[in-house]
Amino acid sequence: MSGGARTPLLTVEHLSMRFGGLVAVDDVGFTAYDREITAVIGPNGAGKTTLFNCLTGFYKPTAGRLALARGGGTFLLERMPAHLIARRAGVARTFQNIRLFAGMSVLENLIVAQHNRLQAASGWSIKGMFGLPSYRAAEREALEKAKAWLERIRLTRRADEPAGDLPYGDQRRLEIARAMCTDPVLLCLDEPAAGLNPRESSELAELLQDIRDSARIGVLLIEHDMSVVMRISDHVVVLDYGRKIADGPPDAVRDDPAVIKAYLGEDDEDELPPEVAADLGVGTAEGRP
Amino acid sequence: MAGSPYARGARDAAFAAFVAFVIALPMVGMRTVDRNLRLTLDFRLVEVASIVVLVFAGRFAMRLVGEGLARLVLPAAIAVVVGGWFADFATQTLKVVAVGGGLVVAATAILAIVKGARSARPVAPSAGPGLAARFAAGFQRSTVLVGIVGVAFAFALPLLPFADRRVLDVATTLLTYIMLGWGLNIVVGLAGLLDLGYVAFYAVGAYAFALLAMSLGLGFWEALPLAAVAGAVSGILLGFPVLRLRGDYFAIVTLGFGEIIRVILLTWVPVTGGPSGIGNIPRPDFFGMAEFVRRPVEGQVAFHQMFGLEFDVLHRLIFLYYLILVLALVVNVVTLRLRKLPLGRAWEALREDDIACTSLGIDRTNVKLAAFAIAATFGAIAGSFFATRQGFISPESFSFIESAIILAIVVLGGMGSQTGVVVATLVVIGLPEVFRDLAEYRMIAFGLGMVLIMLWRPSGLLAHREPTVRLHPAGGPPAETPAAGTAR
Repeated sequence: MSGGARTPLLTVEHLSMRFGGLVAVDDVGFTAYDREITAVIGPNGAGKTTLFNCLTGFYKPTAGRLALARGGGTFLLERMPAHLIARRAGVARTFQNIRLFAGMSVLENLIVAQHNRLQAASGWSIKGMFGLPSYRAAEREALEKAKAWLERIRLTRRADEPAGDLPYGDQRRLEIARAMCTDPVLLCLDEPAAGLNPRESSELAELLQDIRDSARIGVLLIEHDMSVVMRISDHVVVLDYGRKIADGPPDAVRDDPAVIKAYLGEDDEDELPPEVAADLGVGTAEGRP
Repeated sequence: MAGSPYARGARDAAFAAFVAFVIALPMVGMRTVDRNLRLTLDFRLVEVASIVVLVFAGRFAMRLVGEGLARLVLPAAIAVVVGGWFADFATQTLKVVAVGGGLVVAATAILAIVKGARSARPVAPSAGPGLAARFAAGFQRSTVLVGIVGVAFAFALPLLPFADRRVLDVATTLLTYIMLGWGLNIVVGLAGLLDLGYVAFYAVGAYAFALLAMSLGLGFWEALPLAAVAGAVSGILLGFPVLRLRGDYFAIVTLGFGEIIRVILLTWVPVTGGPSGIGNIPRPDFFGMAEFVRRPVEGQVAFHQMFGLEFDVLHRLIFLYYLILVLALVVNVVTLRLRKLPLGRAWEALREDDIACTSLGIDRTNVKLAAFAIAATFGAIAGSFFATRQGFISPESFSFIESAIILAIVVLGGMGSQTGVVVATLVVIGLPEVFRDLAEYRMIAFGLGMVLIMLWRPSGLLAHREPTVRLHPAGGPPAETPAAGTAR
């Protein structure tokens, strides 16, 4: 853990998201801290991605508050359109099914991520059209940042190839680098280790720890790969059927009976109707939910 | 299927011939003729029979090539081409079909033989991209050279000996479409928004120019920028409600908008003159210094007097030609420059994945609106040129088919490729001009060309995309660790 006082970065309170009759996220609340990796785990359909979509403005939550602290101010994310959440509040995300600009080169992907700063520097393209020095300086800076990230994810050699031609693992890393190029304060990763082999996920874990420690930002992580989650998370939130069932340090969460139950199912005896169980004399030790 | 290759081929060809017969009988075999105020049917069975025979032969030959008998088919196909060239056919079209079909079969056979020879070799070269793809990529890589040669040729054209009235006319038309193609390329090719009503902005430009010039008495050089502004405004006005839509919905609404503009032009008679259009639109002058007229009115200077030349109608045509050439080149330079700027990259990113764009903080609406407004401006400038060149405009010039042609140019050229637009314009506008001798059948030849292009180059003639910024020099592999470069 990153000792010292923990600074809350994102505070989620009473967040609910309904789709018609389906309650995908039900009254969830937790806090993600600055310079920590917060993992959100849970079985399939637990509402993890819905939570991310609410957080990044792709869905408007039915109820609740999403408060992000940045530079002394607070942004209420539930009231902001998606592109402003990324631009002003500094929340960057990746997607479960990779969304790179497949036809554009690897380098271009990282430069598009710096669009807003470059666009301002290009004076709505007028300064850029004539190649004024102020724009050229901004462009050089953007290129340097992209190069630094390419070194970091070891894709310098393939910088000019279309992003869609990269192998899967490289695409995952490139998507993270692209998100980081927006200079976020909170990085939201939706299953970054999905489809990676053990060596690749181990490298990914190192990259994420490195990002937390060197970029000094908060990371919010949805992940199924428990080896990654347990190794790098500072804090784990567990969802099941849209509700939060556990919240705490990884070790505590791992031993939480509610979490084990959500993942492994209840004991066989519990599946029996109560009267049958009583007949057989196998009482339910824990209270039924 | 059982049987020898010949039997299978014959069976397949017979089926194709039957289909051809069913289609050809009503479409080609019967023709309504007006005799003594009554419509009667004329039967043209010779043509139908020839079509059936040609289809049978063609299909049979293609099947044999597919069965690996290309060596046998090739001489026969060449014989058909040569024979067809000299033989008499019932109509000119059949001749084209016979010769063209023979050429296609021969080409396929040669390809099959070459491919067979290559795969027979012990070490077959890697499959890689096809010949056409490699040619297109090479063509685009040398795009600077091709561009310089092309522009130099375009500038020299009016001075060349064969540049008569007709050549200049066709060249000017081609350049107008190239300019429109470059304009639409921003919306369709770069931003990936399928705009089926681009002609609306062309119309807005033409009418704005004509009305400004006629009612306010503005000259060409004053009315042109105002018409461009009108185009930009109309682009933004249309853009606001429409840009929230995606994909097919967007395409349909733009299609509707194009028609709405045309109907407004048609029905708003007091302003637009309705179906009779606007005539006597002022011709461009020589930068406000001289007019292109034989006998200038009092106080005017004529171009030929100014330069001490004999009066020649060509002067004005050449001036118009250079005018559209410069306008088109300006559009091209602006677009090429924009592509390398944040705005242009955002357009392409939007085409690739708009959700990812949002997640990176890009305001989709603004970016799309910019694409729309800039493309509309270019369209309006082209429209102004059209108005001043023709001297007369009417809603007929701005029908849906124009939008479709411009879109076809962009798509055929390869989305987003500026050179591709030029090549595609030469094909789409140039081919029908070349085939003018075929009279009413030229659209068939044109359609055939389109089908062939779509078969061979489904993503457009020049679909290779060059990155807007490179880390390593183009062409050569990265300098460091070349050994690792094979790990693909």
